[in-house]
Amino acid sequence: MFVALRDLRHARGRFALMLVVITLITFLVTFLAALTAGLSRESTSAITDLPADHLAFAMPAPTDPPEFTASSVTADQWRAWAETPGVRSAEPLGVAMTRAESPATTASVTALGVAPGSAVLPGGSPNLAAGTVVLSAGAAQALSAGAGDTITLAGQELRVGAVRDAEVSFAHTPVVWTTLADWQSIGARGGDGADDRADAPDTVATVIALTLDSPATGAIATTDATAGTTTVTTTQARSAIGSFSAENGSLTTMQVFLLVISALVVGAFFTVWTISRAGEVAVLKALGASTGYLLRDAIGQAVVVLLLGVGAGTALAVAGAALLSDAVPVVVTPATTALPAVALIGLGLVGAALAIVRITRVDPHAALAAH
Amino acid sequence: MDLHLDRITLVYPDGDSTLTAVDDFSLTIPSGTTTALLGPSGSGKSSLLAVAGGLTRPTSGVVRIGGDVVFAPGGGLAAATRTRLDQIGIVFQAPQLLASLTALEQLELHAHLRGRRPATVRAQAMALLAEVGLADQAHKRPAQLSGGQRQRVAIARALVGSPRVLLVDEPTSALDHARGTQIIELITRLAHELDAATLVVSHDSSTLGSVDGTVRMLDGRRELLLPVHAD
Ligand SMILES: Nc1ncnc2c1ncn2[C@@H]1O[C@H](COP(=O)(O)OP(=O)(O)O)[C@@H](O)[C@H]1O
Ligand SMILES: [Mg+2]
Repeated sequence: MFVALRDLRHARGRFALMLVVITLITFLVTFLAALTAGLSRESTSAITDLPADHLAFAMPAPTDPPEFTASSVTADQWRAWAETPGVRSAEPLGVAMTRAESPATTASVTALGVAPGSAVLPGGSPNLAAGTVVLSAGAAQALSAGAGDTITLAGQELRVGAVRDAEVSFAHTPVVWTTLADWQSIGARGGDGADDRADAPDTVATVIALTLDSPATGAIATTDATAGTTTVTTTQARSAIGSFSAENGSLTTMQVFLLVISALVVGAFFTVWTISRAGEVAVLKALGASTGYLLRDAIGQAVVVLLLGVGAGTALAVAGAALLSDAVPVVVTPATTALPAVALIGLGLVGAALAIVRITRVDPHAALAAH
Repeated sequence: MDLHLDRITLVYPDGDSTLTAVDDFSLTIPSGTTTALLGPSGSGKSSLLAVAGGLTRPTSGVVRIGGDVVFAPGGGLAAATRTRLDQIGIVFQAPQLLASLTALEQLELHAHLRGRRPATVRAQAMALLAEVGLADQAHKRPAQLSGGQRQRVAIARALVGSPRVLLVDEPTSALDHARGTQIIELITRLAHELDAATLVVSHDSSTLGSVDGTVRMLDGRRELLLPVHAD
């Protein structure tokens, strides 16, 4: 890169412009990835953090795609799953979004009804007794409530037994845990409990959280067929949360578009750069530079520009995410930083390579022309 | 080693027809000597130089350096590039320096093109810059040099690989008569010192007092040589 590096230093203005553009694109892509992951966590952590690998839904019609708002499982279905060989644990789990009132304020929460002694509640459920509720950190903050306070869930007074230092939320609302019996009297779906139970007297919960010894799809299908349930992995179950499927689709589309745009921008930049270098390339060829030498030089230049720009953009996004983590839900992990960076460098290089291939077509004879 | 142009013909496609820029042209230049190629504009001088330097393939005829045929019709591009790098120095009509490189780096680039570390030729490059009178301009970029200085950097650059053949295309066209004469003298002297077979294209015979021989070109053909110094 004898010439390439000196060219970059010489054409500082163009170089700086390109760096700024790539830095900003990288910032956007990386920040969006962090935001997507953060929003997704806010939508789904109550499900993805469950100590279970599958969820069995019972939909009104067996062919319906699983949905938390429409699923309700019966005691019979729960027993059918509990008795299936290879099922290490099957726990009914009630999921209902509802309104919570504390002496100080009100907030929307998701009430998770868990069976006595359940491992579904982080840290176990020793302090979860009938008439009490355990708050996640987010719920405690939203309600300004702590252990010993009394809160009202859908009209039912419950004493706060404990606050768990875990950020667990469902569809952007913080989670509170109650016993399954209390959850049933609150009423699944947060509506009037009496009605729901009149409809389906046997309803125990929304889904069954399953831990399978070996997730044999055959066994799943058989039990689904006999019990009338629809079983998916906890990862797939994210799509059963309305807010997740809506957000994730549009955010992912934006990311893909940004990546495509960045490849086009980098490609366009190197096209212009390569065309403006055509005279210099002709001279280099006339001096005896091989095509391989020229391609290495130009690709090396693109790599330098991309590495610097993407590096700066990623650093900026990480810093921004750290500063804004209180205000916006962002998750900074290798998946949200390294992955976009690698994708941007890869796509940028494809764009640059397509532009740089022009170099092979420059005629060294042109160097003889005076200008 | 001598440069031999053996019955070179170069035909350009020209729309539906063709244009014969060089027509059955033969010339031998002994090593260490300088031959001037004179002729009016459009007579095919640059085209002949392009063939001699392997920048374009002859339609027929061959170019030899010593006994080896280096360029011929149908020859490979990569091989021609390698020959140019190893054995030929070219000075273009415009200096064609690279804008981002200092004078010294323009010369060191040659080593880098050959896969060697640029620093390995630094001493030789500095000596050549001193030869062309630019020792104190070594760290300036082309934009900081005058036209004549740039042309001298270009001459030093063409010589840094100790080429067997030096090809120079109208080096004086942008210079006044005195400077032009000096440049030709410089080329002739360096060609002699470095034992390079040198072809200098010109359309101005008045600057050519120092060359060893002159050939004339008209419409792509070699003209019968009239003595330059008729007196
Ligand atoms: N690359 C080219 N393609 C087509 N025609 C060319 C090309 N280069 C030169 N010519 C034509 O060939 C003839 C000789 O040109 P040139 O070798 O440049 O002459 P000179 O250097 O003596 O002025 C001219 O008619 C010119 O128009
Ligand atoms: Mg010419």
